[in-house]
Amino acid sequence: MMRWLPRDRMLWLAAPALLYLAFFYAMPLVYLLGRSVIGPNGPTLSLFAGFFADDYNWRVIGNTLRIALLVTLVSLIIGYPVALALARARGMAQVLLLTAIILPLSVGVVVKAFAWQIVLRRDGAIAKLLVATGIWDEPQRLLFTEPGLVIGAANVFLPFMILPIYSVVKLIDPRLSEAGATLGASPFYRFRKIILPLTMPGLISGMAFVFSMSVSMFVIPSLLMGDRFQTLATLTGRSFLLMRNEALGSATAVVLLVLAVSIVVGSTILSRRIGRTA
Amino acid sequence: MTAIEKLATALIWTIASLAVIFLMAPLVITVAVSFGDSTVFSLPPPGWSLRWYERLPNTRGLAASLWTSVQIAALSTLLALILGTLCAIALVRGTFPGREAITTFLISPLMLPGLVVGIAMLQGFRAFGLRDTWTSLLVAHVVITMPYVVRTVLAALSLFDFTLIEAARTLGCSYLQAIRKVLVPALAPAFLTSGMFAFLASMDNYPISIFFTDAWTKTLPIQMLQLVEERPDPMIAAVSTLLILLAVLAMIIGDRLVGLKRLADF
Repeated sequence: MMRWLPRDRMLWLAAPALLYLAFFYAMPLVYLLGRSVIGPNGPTLSLFAGFFADDYNWRVIGNTLRIALLVTLVSLIIGYPVALALARARGMAQVLLLTAIILPLSVGVVVKAFAWQIVLRRDGAIAKLLVATGIWDEPQRLLFTEPGLVIGAANVFLPFMILPIYSVVKLIDPRLSEAGATLGASPFYRFRKIILPLTMPGLISGMAFVFSMSVSMFVIPSLLMGDRFQTLATLTGRSFLLMRNEALGSATAVVLLVLAVSIVVGSTILSRRIGRTA
Repeated sequence: MTAIEKLATALIWTIASLAVIFLMAPLVITVAVSFGDSTVFSLPPPGWSLRWYERLPNTRGLAASLWTSVQIAALSTLLALILGTLCAIALVRGTFPGREAITTFLISPLMLPGLVVGIAMLQGFRAFGLRDTWTSLLVAHVVITMPYVVRTVLAALSLFDFTLIEAARTLGCSYLQAIRKVLVPALAPAFLTSGMFAFLASMDNYPISIFFTDAWTKTLPIQMLQLVEERPDPMIAAVSTLLILLAVLAMIIGDRLVGLKRLADF
């Protein structure tokens, strides 16, 4: 195509972006990891030995994983049917669904977390709704409780569950399911043997997205939970921004990084393996 | 359709309708509260007023933080568009090894915990001797905006027929003319949509910006969270409503340019 830039030398065009990211993004991350395992007398794991020896930190890890798991579960239960509906929707229904999924994606997390602060109050919309429907006898506060945090976080991350599942559902040939029906398969059997396996890659990547974002969320728990409840991310933020405890912050940051990277890598390997066998 | 299928279909549509309400709720409630005349967040408000919007210009730090955010978002998006597009062209047209790994690397800032990336950058920039807050913010935000550009421009380029450039050359265009008259117009929708969403991502970023903040330089989300913590009142909802308006605008433009369905591509 280009006489002055043959295709095997195209790497030159990529060089500015790659050098930029290597210098301002990859090197700082390597530096952070390096500093966490190198002490004044050479390589050491003492930072992590100290971190994992503290029961409190295990509770923080437990909080982080429990909340992330719950958020992922709630998003999955809502997100999977919505993705199926979106794939079938036409006309106004499709526009409405797409708008409800895409618009919140371009609104900042501070805005949404603040809105949930209003909704989850004792005199907020959810408490009023539950009292009006008779589920609650009297209004209760959901703000600063774990269910409140899970609702708020699931709301913010739901599009990241729906879109990856939708991206595989829309590729499924509807004739597959019809063929199954013609051959006498029950609706449940068809779902289990045709739809579910074919949507598995999207399911896995959606779950990986939501889980890793829930593990790393910082603004949402800061606004919806307060200081008594710490996750790895809020503890990392606090130790750098408030406590000026860089040792603790580096340890939690590295644990968080390792966790997030293993989720991404693990889910990629998993969906590739499933893609091969399916 | 059998009874079970009808039931499943009804269930799917019920959940989908409730999900639309759930997803839109925070935005609708924010807008409603911002036009209320009460100091507490009662819904629906007892009366309507513009008092929270009238207070916006006089809130200390708000205008300055907005200006900082707009500058940083615009400049970082511009830099990301240049670096990201060149890189995307290389990834689509090049034959060098490791293209898939490079793509993953370019998108990875979206997948790692923002807070950890922010801390790493804070310490890294300090080690390089970069101490100016505003410059650090800009440098960091290019890393945040680049994945949006690379992802969208890569998708657009993979649909582009590069023989069109050859055709333009055969018809007498110089190489640069062919790029300007054929490639750039074909990529324009991708530039605009990815630029818009990169801009919004930069405007909204909290976890990285928080580490590059001082008394004079604050981005809008940082200033907003500080206001929420100091005195939560519906004025925050007024600022939020303006940001929601910006997002609505971006979505309408994106819909016109590439269509809602393409925006939903993941």
